[in-house]
Amino acid sequence: MVNVSATPVLALRGVSKRFGAVQALTDVELEIHAGEVVALVGDNGAGKSTLVKTIAGVHPIDEGVIEWDGKAVQINKPHDAQNLGVATVYQDLALCDNIDVVGNLYLGRELKKRGILDEVEMERRSRELLQTLSIRIPSVRIPIASLSGGQRQTVAIARSMLGEPKLVILDEPTAALGVEQTAQVLDLVERLRERGHAVLLISHNMADVKAVADKVAVLRLGRNNGVFEVKTTSQEEIISAITGATENAVTRRAARSNAEAQK
Amino acid sequence: MSIDKTSATDKTSATEGEPVVANPEAAAAAVTVVDPRLLVREQGLAGYVGEFKRKMKGGDLGSVPVVIGLLVICIVFQSLNSAFLSAENLNNIAVAMVATGMMSVGIIFVLLLGEIDLSVGSVSGVAGAITAVLSVTHGMNEWLAVLIALVSGAAIGAVHGFFFARIGAPAFAVTLAGLLFWLGFMLQILGENGTINIDGEGVVGKLTTYYFSDVAAAYGLATVAVVLFFVTSFLDNRRREAAGIPSRPLGDLIMRTALLAVVAFAAAIMFNQYKGLPLALLLFLVVLVATDFVLRRTGYGRKIFALGGSVEASRRAGINVTAIRISVFALAGFFAAVGGLFWASKIAAANQSAGAGDLLMNVIAAAVIGGTSLFGGRGRTWNALLGVMVITSIQYGLALEGTATPVLYMITGGVLLATVVIDSVTRKTQKTAGRA
Repeated sequence: MVNVSATPVLALRGVSKRFGAVQALTDVELEIHAGEVVALVGDNGAGKSTLVKTIAGVHPIDEGVIEWDGKAVQINKPHDAQNLGVATVYQDLALCDNIDVVGNLYLGRELKKRGILDEVEMERRSRELLQTLSIRIPSVRIPIASLSGGQRQTVAIARSMLGEPKLVILDEPTAALGVEQTAQVLDLVERLRERGHAVLLISHNMADVKAVADKVAVLRLGRNNGVFEVKTTSQEEIISAITGATENAVTRRAARSNAEAQK
Repeated sequence: MSIDKTSATDKTSATEGEPVVANPEAAAAAVTVVDPRLLVREQGLAGYVGEFKRKMKGGDLGSVPVVIGLLVICIVFQSLNSAFLSAENLNNIAVAMVATGMMSVGIIFVLLLGEIDLSVGSVSGVAGAITAVLSVTHGMNEWLAVLIALVSGAAIGAVHGFFFARIGAPAFAVTLAGLLFWLGFMLQILGENGTINIDGEGVVGKLTTYYFSDVAAAYGLATVAVVLFFVTSFLDNRRREAAGIPSRPLGDLIMRTALLAVVAFAAAIMFNQYKGLPLALLLFLVVLVATDFVLRRTGYGRKIFALGGSVEASRRAGINVTAIRISVFALAGFFAAVGGLFWASKIAAANQSAGAGDLLMNVIAAAVIGGTSLFGGRGRTWNALLGVMVITSIQYGLALEGTATPVLYMITGGVLLATVVIDSVTRKTQKTAGRA
């Protein structure tokens, strides 16, 4: 943990969200400080995506308070969240395959000089940004289509950094990535923390969570089911919090293999 | 290959319930300091040849197949009839191709979105008819009539775009309806007679008949083009060097300029042997330079490419998808109208067959033969020039041989098929090389 601030960048206090007959979130509490990676974990349908969408402004909350730098704020539109300084990298990366890396990084906020695209300045800044994040790609002038899945993910994350956000939300950034590519993305998450960004990481992969997160917030059936310090918590404890029982995949397997051994 | 392997091992280890990255430090160390896959380009000629070979292997053929195709066409028709490469014939080709070429420019904008506009033929007919009816039948000032025709073309395109982008109807169906509707509209305003001859000395008439007979015009244009190309590339390079990002070596720049100079001056000499630089070709070149600039150097062009790549990504980047789509269809309508005026000029009349027959097919074929992808997001307006040169050369070559229209259709169809096959095969190669 580097430079953890006293006031959390983002704090959710008793947040609830209801869709028709479904109570998606109930009294959820969450705090994220600057320079801190908080992993949000939970089983399918636990409310992770809903929670992220409330922060990103896709679904406004029904009850509770969202505090930004200690002050209560209203987040009703994606635009509100962006203005506060929330950048969200969704699972489908929303990159244009046919446009090169520079073009994608600056898509929708192109630098212009007398109405003409300033390609030189965009390329220079792109290289600078990728360098500070230690992102290695073959060339900033090749189309996204030529990049591997991990490289695309790093480009998508780098793109979210252009607005200098205070909070970066990463939705399953390592899903469907290979070993080395996962390592690259996790390195990048650590670099975001070093630069003082708050990071909310959604992941199903306990190994990733253990590797980079400082805290793990567990959601179960739309409620908080504990916030753990990663260093002092074992993987089994987190898993039992996710499933809501001491019985879990690990213990079941252990029991099964024991039973087989006894046969 | 290696990526497949790692993900395979990743899966097996994950299903066994073991942590994927047991030792993150070791995994991080495995990431080499300098990515070995970095594309390092050698300086000088060797680097140029190397990159060319790499591109060919990767399926990034660019304009190479079209240029080879043009050479083959020239050799075949020249050996059949020595008049093919005469200054007069080449000049006729250069003027005749402009009508189709202008419409092709508009179609390329639509193809870049990954859509299609089937109405451009009919819209071009409407533009010719409007000009003729207003200026000849009603005696309106011809400049004003031309302006009204062009604005009508853009408005018609915008209407198509509205139904596609705002209402959500498929562009194919909307423009197919447009094809029929505007054909009928044209026949309606042409009236009973069906043909209105236009003044050969008027604005429209001059479009394809005016030549800059002074030899200085063609040579001057060639010189200006070459100098402008060199200076802008050189200044761009200087800026890149100053910013510390990779730039083209000077030798490379000189080679490109020399190549352009050879082509430009050869064309200039050829035109000066006949009547001089044709006005139609000059206008076509101006349109190509302008549209290429808009597509590649402005925010508007970038948005068109983005929409061709991923609509969802564009929307999230804050691009007004509906407005861009409508504007692109309006541009297609505008260029269809421009093409229609050149067509009317070529046949010196607005008649019932304008915009019908194989015109629409030739327009789309020219864009695709030139190298514009049918799947969106890939292409340049210069493709229109190359494609339309191929199609018109075949038409004129066969006409010299006295070959009938049926054979012409069959050959043009064959060329289009060959192009699409090349496009599909290169896309496959690009996929295996990870570029598509």
